[in-house]
Amino acid sequence: MAENICISLAVQRVSSSVPPRGQLCKLFSPGEIIFPQSDFMRGHGTYPEDDVLKASVAGVMEQIGRLISIKPLKSRYNGEVGDVVVGRILEVTQKRWKVDTNSRLDSILLLSSVNLPGGELRRRSAEDEQMMRKYLIEGDLISAEVQSIYADGSLSLHTRSFTYGKLSQGILIKVCPALIKRSKTHFHNLPCGASIILGKNGFVWISPTTADSNSSGGFAQNLDQKVGKADREVIARLRNCVLALATNKIPLYSTSILHAFEESEKYLVSELLNPESMLDIAILTQHKIQMTEDL
Amino acid sequence: MYSVVLSDAEKTFIWDGVEVNLRNDGRKRNDYRPMELETDVVTHASGSARLRLANTDILVGVKAEIDVPSSETPTIGKIEFFIDCSANATPTFEGRGGEDLASEISSALQKAYDILPLNDLCIVPNLSCWKLYVDILILECGGNLYDAVSLAVKSALFNTQIPKVKAKYIDGVNVDLQLSDDLFECWKLDVSKAPCLVTLCKIGEFFVVDPTVEEEACSNGSIVVSVTHKGSITSIFKIGEGSFHRNAICEAIKFAGVIGCELNETLKLSLEKEESLGSQRERYGFLK
Repeated sequence: MAENICISLAVQRVSSSVPPRGQLCKLFSPGEIIFPQSDFMRGHGTYPEDDVLKASVAGVMEQIGRLISIKPLKSRYNGEVGDVVVGRILEVTQKRWKVDTNSRLDSILLLSSVNLPGGELRRRSAEDEQMMRKYLIEGDLISAEVQSIYADGSLSLHTRSFTYGKLSQGILIKVCPALIKRSKTHFHNLPCGASIILGKNGFVWISPTTADSNSSGGFAQNLDQKVGKADREVIARLRNCVLALATNKIPLYSTSILHAFEESEKYLVSELLNPESMLDIAILTQHKIQMTEDL
Repeated sequence: MYSVVLSDAEKTFIWDGVEVNLRNDGRKRNDYRPMELETDVVTHASGSARLRLANTDILVGVKAEIDVPSSETPTIGKIEFFIDCSANATPTFEGRGGEDLASEISSALQKAYDILPLNDLCIVPNLSCWKLYVDILILECGGNLYDAVSLAVKSALFNTQIPKVKAKYIDGVNVDLQLSDDLFECWKLDVSKAPCLVTLCKIGEFFVVDPTVEEEACSNGSIVVSVTHKGSITSIFKIGEGSFHRNAICEAIKFAGVIGCELNETLKLSLEKEESLGSQRERYGFLK
């Protein structure tokens, strides 16, 4: 029988949940009473009814002093200043680009908050405005940092550093934003031979490691360069590993991804698409993380 | 039509990947993504199936009703396809957004199913026959809709139970049928000859099977071929605005024939395996 087509049955379905470790948080469902008293401050994800505080979303409770809020388990990206995000340009308008960052409203990248090729800071002239499409057009991917949050909740981004800018060849994966663990750096050159950007908004970018990543302020895109098959295999494997962890709800950070990559070596890259092998890798990864934490 | 916007660099990456026969998810050009199938998921339908191929989610229900055969084909039954593109799949399907795609797929299925012998569905020649309403619901789009829909339709038809007719009273043009009182006294349609659609997406110089949404965005044309279990081709059509060289089409048809045979065979094995579990097996549906 051909192995390139596989139709499994629902009775063989594996449940995509790794047994949790440590103590479990209490989960609140919408409408559930959080506290019977009313002397608390009402935070996000809550509403008062009949003098009691109730949850309006499904999630876990966060308490800061008297402020009670419910953090939803699954939501769109709620930006915070300083977060590294990966986004896709949706629209080019007057002096700004609109960017899809998986938040409720489109984020904005102002022309004045990008480093233009040629370097030094200068006033943005009318010519620059006309040239906007030369730098970034619809569909382009960028890595950026959240600069500020507008009153309506939309984000203002900036790419005023050599680490940020337009992304070249690679693969974008979209996962739930809650799975991305905040860490010191979200840019990693993994030892397996690929680079990964873990956007806090749940967009993960995997690309081949390039020697010179700071050529011209992050607007260079080398389309002639062909990525070799070996590099491709690493990237594809990483992609499948990240997806395996994400579907089994394991937090994504450099260590977990590297562990998953190591554990996946026994499978072919295309075998990693099977739910069984995905679960296997997730369990092994979690085990490994636990082992290193216990040491 | 649903689609994603990609940057030039991402497209280049996909093109080059197809060229070296290693796609973004590690598959080769002729590999399908793993699928999951369950039949008999809708209790009120005569037959139903749900197929999930990566993110593509299709639910099909079949309803059998008594109808009058058309005058050109008095001795065969009827089959009709109706597609509903749920706005849950993508916001562009909202309102009338999915209608173009729906009519495209239903006409493709109608053409492909032309060859399926429906003589069994005839009850009284000229006067009465079974008509199968095949309702297809697209719940999520993750690329390769045609293949997924055709597989789900074939599975649902395989699962379809048509009541037995116990007695026929014919009085001129009036037919009075008496159906079996026993709900379980049914017969099944033979769908072994039903075709599957195989989409071949042209990316660069090569054809790939089972394209993802991203891969579909990189290609400017696909050929959809309907193939029966023996590898005979029942219909061919093109989607997208690109053009094909005649050699490329010949190559595509040959390729599709081989893939289609395997697809039919794999589906048959899965369906038989599920049937062997009996009617008391646990239903999973959309939970878990």
